Amino acid sequence: MPRKKGEGKSGKEKSGVTRRGVLKMGVAAGGITLLTSTKSFRTHFETVANAQGTTTDCLVNPGQSPPTTPFVQALPIPPVKQQTNAQQMSPAPTKHANITGGEAPRADHQRWEEFPPVIYYDLDVRPALHRFHPELPMTPIWGFDGIVPGPTFVARQGQPILVRFRNNLPAGHAGSGGWGIEQTTVHLHNGHTASESDGFAGNFFNPGSFYDNHYPNVLAGYDAFPATNGDPREAMYTLWYHDHRQEFTAPNSYRGLAGMYLMRDDKDPGNEVAGGPDSLHLPSGYGLWEIPLILSSKTFCPDGQLFGGPPGGAPPNGDKFCVNGVIQPYLEVKRRKYRFRMVNTGPARIWNLTLDPNLGMKVIATDGNLLEHPIDITTLNIGVAERYDFVVDFSQAQVGDHIYLRNSQAMFVGGGAPNPLPPNVQNIVMEFRVTGNAQDHSEVPSTLCEYPPLPTEAEIAGTRIWNFDLVNGVFVVNGQIFDAERSDAQVQKGTAERWILRSALPAAGWVHPVHIHFEEFRVLSRGLPTELGGPGPQPPPPLETGRKDTIQLRGRDQVELVMRFRDFTGKYLIHCHNMAHEDNVMMVRWDIVDGGGGQQTSSANFIPNPNFRKGDVA
Amino acid sequence: MDRRKFLSGSAGSAAEAQKRSYFTNALLTDAEGRRFKFYDDLMRGKIVVVNMMYANCQGICPAVTSNLKRVQQGLKGRIGVDTFMYSITIKPEQDSPEALRGFSRMHHAAGLTGWQFLTGDPDEIETIRFRLFRWDHPGLDNDVDQHTGMLFLYNDNLSRTCKTPALGSVRSILETVSWMDPVPVQAERTRRDAAKLVEKLNREAAWARGEKWARGAVAVARR
Repeated sequence: MPRKKGEGKSGKEKSGVTRRGVLKMGVAAGGITLLTSTKSFRTHFETVANAQGTTTDCLVNPGQSPPTTPFVQALPIPPVKQQTNAQQMSPAPTKHANITGGEAPRADHQRWEEFPPVIYYDLDVRPALHRFHPELPMTPIWGFDGIVPGPTFVARQGQPILVRFRNNLPAGHAGSGGWGIEQTTVHLHNGHTASESDGFAGNFFNPGSFYDNHYPNVLAGYDAFPATNGDPREAMYTLWYHDHRQEFTAPNSYRGLAGMYLMRDDKDPGNEVAGGPDSLHLPSGYGLWEIPLILSSKTFCPDGQLFGGPPGGAPPNGDKFCVNGVIQPYLEVKRRKYRFRMVNTGPARIWNLTLDPNLGMKVIATDGNLLEHPIDITTLNIGVAERYDFVVDFSQAQVGDHIYLRNSQAMFVGGGAPNPLPPNVQNIVMEFRVTGNAQDHSEVPSTLCEYPPLPTEAEIAGTRIWNFDLVNGVFVVNGQIFDAERSDAQVQKGTAERWILRSALPAAGWVHPVHIHFEEFRVLSRGLPTELGGPGPQPPPPLETGRKDTIQLRGRDQVELVMRFRDFTGKYLIHCHNMAHEDNVMMVRWDIVDGGGGQQTSSANFIPNPNFRKGDVA
Repeated sequence: MDRRKFLSGSAGSAAEAQKRSYFTNALLTDAEGRRFKFYDDLMRGKIVVVNMMYANCQGICPAVTSNLKRVQQGLKGRIGVDTFMYSITIKPEQDSPEALRGFSRMHHAAGLTGWQFLTGDPDEIETIRFRLFRWDHPGLDNDVDQHTGMLFLYNDNLSRTCKTPALGSVRSILETVSWMDPVPVQAERTRRDAAKLVEKLNREAAWARGEKWARGAVAVARR
């Protein structure tokens, strides 16, 4: 359709912004930039919107989804994934990929004999219809077991499991509307998982085949603490699983390929009353006093169908706030303590959440790892892939009260947006209705766990720098473009390293939630060194003092971490978890190697520690 | 209209009209002075690899063009048949067809099968740039230089798309282009190569374990 004269902008304007100008432009404020000039940006999208006319299908961003009435549906709780009888797994899972039996190519399972699966799960990755809101029609999604979000795994620490992911997505792409690809690879986010079961971006597989992910559910440090199934101080509790297909993670996950994975142990047995002497008695009971809050945001077409993004574009940030797969639900609560287990599944939105009235939140776990001591907060900022477990005490409220979870974090939505978001009803995530009283045997002890000590200087093999930048519109890390077939760093198994994540990206606008696969890290400091124009390294804020696997890296920012690499070898990833950025390859492959697999000497981005004493790390 | 038909990317005219409206039918001129409608003539029914450049670009354009030359060679059998490459100037005011011809000759990329250098109306090209390459970051999107490093890949029959760095390895670019093929075609390739692939993955794993026989199994970044 020819554009009308005057709809575009003049040729003169367009070269007016240089990269230098971009760096200066705007004010970083969480996920947004306050812009002085968005004329051309907006104009180009308004043109498309006008061209849309009254057509009901949409290929281009409709900008605003159809209106829906908030708080008309109860918060659904994803069902717990049920195990499959081992005898029914056909063909039987094997260490070596069973190609003739229909399995996709993969490397042999590591430590298969040591950690034989005791529970088996069979999971269908398939298309289905889903209703995000009673006023919207059913719309095609892709779901684990055909549901959005996928079923919740409840695993037990020390109990190895095997999950067979069967790709039953529509081969030939019929019905997929052009976004996403019907291949998948599934990453268990923060699993202490061997490389071949880690959902490496390049290990995707086709419809009609299956892929067995082996989750030993051992704790990091297994080799040093075999009797306790790993270092008990490395326990983890709230994980999630999602599509990680190279170049297509954003659309595939946005379509619905995400779900929660919880781990239980003696401290957190899932029952606040019973449980052994080690139980912390945290508010417990999945779906009862312990509620998963799986956040995502979506855009819908004028006809109510899920909009997936225009050709060449990533899925939108989404103007409809969804929890557990539905738009703006409500949850009936009793006057007692609840534990919420929140994960932000993206694809890109960062949330800044406050309860209204503000009852406060007691954070007990960051990225699924218990804090040593709970932290009381009034506002929760959660980037893509981050998890926060927090307790809200509704006994402060009265029966009949309505309490709202509000989001104030603006994102780019085809141009500037006010920041913070106005406190209107569209920006409420969900409602809590206090409906009565209930017994509360739960506790939130002031000490939840003990952390392993940070690695000593003698345990740290060296300092590795990851410098993120955007050059000519291409994400580069240490000047390199991602390549799934190239190892950009070789980390020796059984060592610790200090990692510096540094961003040379524009200070304005984007915040990059950077995720490191395999083991959690501890934040040592935050802030660009003074010689690079920053404020210098500062102690991390309270919520970043715990064990984490995802950290928000702002433009012109630096985060210094320390982490260990234990128990398994193979290829892993570090990447931005804004899925659009991840798909535009803001990602690096690095490998854990043992012995002579690729000794790394000093380089511009790796400074060996002269005080390192090999063999000191457990 | 039948939504499934629309979604499957069949030649349904409504879907096509939307794609035409999105990509535009801007009139573009190649280095030989031939004129084409962007969607109807250059995109419709094809797999395309599109990048943005300009003739006197001293930055990455020469390196990108040299890389794309090897991509063009790597697409032998497909290029000019169902797969096409377009290098569109972001400075159409200064890049006449003659200027593009000069650029393509200088880089020994003139007259190669299935690869055209294109110019046109500045305003219309600006719209194409936004529709194909935007970051949804207004600051970056207003900066033309932020769109010269990526390749826009698209299969019109499937409406499938992704973007990949133009300076990635040729192997990696060709692999990404192959993802534009229908998955059954890809699955057939995987099926044929499955045993070899398992062997390769196990060799990689052995490399990581430090086993001598697997030395060199993984390319290591030069530092």
